[in-house]
Amino acid sequence: MFAYTARRIVYVIPIVISVALVCFLLVHITPGDPLVAVLPADASQELAAQLRTAYGFDRPLPVQFGLWLWRALHGDLGSSIATGRPVLSEVMRAVGNTVMLAVAAAIIGFTLGLLFGLIAGYFRDTWVDKLATSFAIAGVSLPHYWLGMVLVIIFSVQLNWLPAVGAGPGGSGAWAWDWEHLRYLVLPAITTSVIPMGIVTRTVRALTGDILSQDFVEALRAKGLRERGVFRHVVKNAAPTALAVMGLQLGYMLGGSILIETVFSWPGSGLLLNSAIFQRDLPLLQGTILVLALFFVALNLLVDIAQAAIDPRIKRG
Amino acid sequence: MSDTALQAAPTTKARGYWATVARRITRDKVSMVCALILILIFASALLAPWLHLADPYQGSMIRRLRHIGTPNYPLGTDELGRDMLARLIYGGRLSLIIGILPVIFAFVVGTSLGLIAGYVGGKLNTAIMRTVDVFYAFPSVLLAIAISGALGAGIVNSIVSLTIVFVPQITRVAESVTTGVRNMDFVEAARASGAGPFTIMRVHMLGNVLGPIFVYATGLISVSMILAAGLSFLGLGTKPPEPEWGLMLNTLRTAIYVNPWVAALPGAMIFAVSICFNLLSDGMRSAMDIRN
Repeated sequence: MFAYTARRIVYVIPIVISVALVCFLLVHITPGDPLVAVLPADASQELAAQLRTAYGFDRPLPVQFGLWLWRALHGDLGSSIATGRPVLSEVMRAVGNTVMLAVAAAIIGFTLGLLFGLIAGYFRDTWVDKLATSFAIAGVSLPHYWLGMVLVIIFSVQLNWLPAVGAGPGGSGAWAWDWEHLRYLVLPAITTSVIPMGIVTRTVRALTGDILSQDFVEALRAKGLRERGVFRHVVKNAAPTALAVMGLQLGYMLGGSILIETVFSWPGSGLLLNSAIFQRDLPLLQGTILVLALFFVALNLLVDIAQAAIDPRIKRG
Repeated sequence: MSDTALQAAPTTKARGYWATVARRITRDKVSMVCALILILIFASALLAPWLHLADPYQGSMIRRLRHIGTPNYPLGTDELGRDMLARLIYGGRLSLIIGILPVIFAFVVGTSLGLIAGYVGGKLNTAIMRTVDVFYAFPSVLLAIAISGALGAGIVNSIVSLTIVFVPQITRVAESVTTGVRNMDFVEAARASGAGPFTIMRVHMLGNVLGPIFVYATGLISVSMILAAGLSFLGLGTKPPEPEWGLMLNTLRTAIYVNPWVAALPGAMIFAVSICFNLLSDGMRSAMDIRN
C-alpha cells in the first residue's frame, strides 16, 4: 500500500506542474497586453515600460513561468488588482463557502443517487427502475442554473419559504450553524446535488446490474446465503467504482460551482471567479483557477488511494 | 462469382450490422420521440424566417413582460417587450450552433488524435495521452470558464473553449477503442497484405472505432448545450440583442418577480434539447450492443 501511494504521489507531480503551466499561460492567451487591466487608459509609454519591468513581463516566458511557479510554491499568488489584497487569502476564504455548499450537495446527491441506483439495479426493468432511471437522466440533462432559477421562482417568489440569494442575514462573513443561516443553503445545495444524483444513480444501477448477473452471486444464493448477505457482496463489489465516481463528482461540484453561485449570489470561489473575469482581474482569475484545479488533483489522488485501499486488485494493475 | 450472381443468390437475406442497428433504433419509441422533437426544434430554427413570426428584435416599451397566453403573444413578451415565441424559435439558431459545433470540432480532432495515439502507440501515444491527462486535471466547467474568461466574451471564443474541453474526452475514448481494435486479426491481415499505416487506419480501423466514439459524442452534445448556454448565461458567449437561450435566461433573471414563468422558458428549451440528445445517445448505445 505504501509503495502504491508513493507511486501515485510521484505521478501527480508532473500533473501539478502542467496544471500550473496551463494556469500561467491563461494570462498570456488574453488578447492584448497583460498590463491592460493594471494600467490607466492614459498611461504614458514610459510608465508602461516601467510596469512591464516591475511585473517581469519583459523577460522570456520560461523565466517568467519559473519565477511565478517559485512564488506560487511559497504561497504567493500575487495580489488582486481590484482589491489589492493577496490572491491566496481571497481564494481560500471563498473556497470555504464552496466546500460547504459542495459537501451539503454531496450528502443529498450521493444519498439519493446510491438509493435510486441500488433500487433500480435490483429491480431492473420494473416500473421502479424506469422511474429511477428517468430521475437520473433528467438530473444529468438539466441546465442546473435554470433549475436554480425555477426553484427560486417556486420557493422564494411564489411560496416565500426560502431566501433567493446570499449566504445568511449577516453577509458572507457571519455564518452560523442555525436555521436562520441554513435556510440560505437549502436551494443552492439542492440545485447542485441534481447532477451528481443523476450520475451516481446511473453508475450504481449499471454496477448493481452487472454484479447481480455474475456467476458468484448465483453461487452465493445456491449455498443458501440470505438476500441480506448477497446484498453485502454487491455493495463490496460496487464500492470502489462508486467511490471513484463520487470523488470525481465532488471535485466537479467544487470546481464547477460558478454557475450556481452566480444564480444564488453564494459567496464562494465561483462567484469570486465570476467577478475576476468581469473586472479583468487576471491575477485573481489565475489564482482561483490554480487553487481549484489543485483541489481537484488532490481529490483525485485521495480517491485513487482510497480505492486501492478497499480493492487490493487495483494496486497490481 | 460475379456481382450479379452474388446479389441473386441469397434467399434469406442476412442483415448487415448497421442495418440491424438502424432497425433496432427505429423500433425504440423513446429514441424516436426524441428524434422527432429534435427535428422539430432544428427545423423551426432553420425555417424561422418563413414561419410568419414577430420580429425577434423589435421591442416595445408598453408591451413588456406580458404573460403566457396573451392574445398575439402566445408565450408572452420579454423584459424589452419582444415576442417570446419568436425569440425562442430564432434563439435555437445560435444556441444549437454554439452547443453542437464544439462537439463536431472535438469529434474530428479527438478521433484523429486518438486514432493516431492508439494505432502508432509508443512515444507518440505517451505524448498525446499525457497531454490529455493534463486537461483531465481540470473540472470541465472550470476549464471552459477559465479559457473563455481569459479569451474574453464572444461566440467564437466560447466555441473554441468548449472544443478544447471536449477534445481530451473524445481522444481518450478514441484511443481506448483503437487500442482494442489494433490487435485484432483483420488488422494483422491487412498489414501482412502490404497495407500502409494510413490505409489501415482509414480503411480498416476508422469504420470499427467510429461507432462507439459517435455515440459518446452524441451524449456530449447534451453537456455542450448546457455549458454553451451557461457561458452565455454568465455573459461570456453571445452578446445582446441576439436571441440565444442562455443569454435570454440571464436577461430575464431580473423579471422572475414580475413574470416568473416567461423568465423560465428559455431554460426549458435548453433542457428539452439536452435530454433528447441524452436519451438518443442511450438509445443508440443499446441499439449498437447487439449481443444483448
